[in-house]
Amino acid sequence: MTLSTATIWTIILLLGLGTWLLRFSFIGLIGDRKLPGWVLRHLRYTPVAVMPGLIAPLILWPRATGGQPDAARLAAAAAALAIGLWTRNVVASVFGGMGVLYLVQYLTG
Amino acid sequence: MSSRQKTYWRGFRDGAPFVLVVVPFGMLFGVVATEAGLNLAEVMGMTALVIAGASQFAAIALMQENAPVFIVLATALAVNLRMAMYSASLAPYIGGAPLWQRALAAYFMVDQSYACSIAEYERRPEMTIPERIAYYFGCMSPVCIPWYAATYIGAELGARIPPEFALDFAVPITFLAIIAPMMRTLAHVAAAAVSVAVSLALAFLPYNLWLMIAAVAAMATGAQVELWLQRRGRWS
Repeated sequence: MTLSTATIWTIILLLGLGTWLLRFSFIGLIGDRKLPGWVLRHLRYTPVAVMPGLIAPLILWPRATGGQPDAARLAAAAAALAIGLWTRNVVASVFGGMGVLYLVQYLTG
Repeated sequence: MSSRQKTYWRGFRDGAPFVLVVVPFGMLFGVVATEAGLNLAEVMGMTALVIAGASQFAAIALMQENAPVFIVLATALAVNLRMAMYSASLAPYIGGAPLWQRALAAYFMVDQSYACSIAEYERRPEMTIPERIAYYFGCMSPVCIPWYAATYIGAELGARIPPEFALDFAVPITFLAIIAPMMRTLAHVAAAAVSVAVSLALAFLPYNLWLMIAAVAAMATGAQVELWLQRRGRWS
């Protein structure tokens, strides 16, 4: 990371403030008013709309290998996804995925 | 013990199992953020001011890529948009509490404290507003306090883990682990698939614009698939 200290703190402060405002929005400012159905219908999908797109390039073209697809990392990602879908357990999925990464790296030397 | 104290401790007990999720997750954030190049004050500053795991991981992932500030903020806040939904759903129950309590409740609003409280409010509609607030802070105590401690331990550990452990890849792995349990309906799966496809197809665009376009396309897809499933009577 080559961001300056000032930039990092700007991100931290604004992200903290923005997140608090999202949390405070209805209980604090807008009060007991219903959101229109179409807004709720889009909000429901924000996490699954943002996060997969964010990580897909990181998995396919990892920076650590100079952007070359890497068998160990692809296997690790597949394992984490499979364990997550199967167990719905975040911690098991992280450890399983990293375990497969180390295993394949060890086997392929 | 007053009824409010009793309610606080009932919330505390109901929230306690979440420690098992929060502690490893907080440690992971501490480790990953430290590996990414944040110092201890920055790691703890982010964890204390943002307290939202997924959004913190999103910010770190983009900061590692040296993305522009605007993109980092827009992405991390988009991950947190669901908090506005939580706020809307809590408003009928605690909207009548004093302003400072609502401001504090907003700060501590996380997936676990929300899920735990809303279930209790629906179970016991007779609760008074002070009891609801007490319960809310009860639920959040075993979630948020271990979160800070675990992040600190993770940050201290992260500085000692050698690069052979390929922790650069802990960020995408953590995201996969967060996303996988969210694949509850066809609409969620379709949204995730569109998000991946569009971001890979447009990856050549500058300023992480591909991510914004992918997210908007994926949200619209999720909403449309939901409507389609409703029309076919297969949405509950």
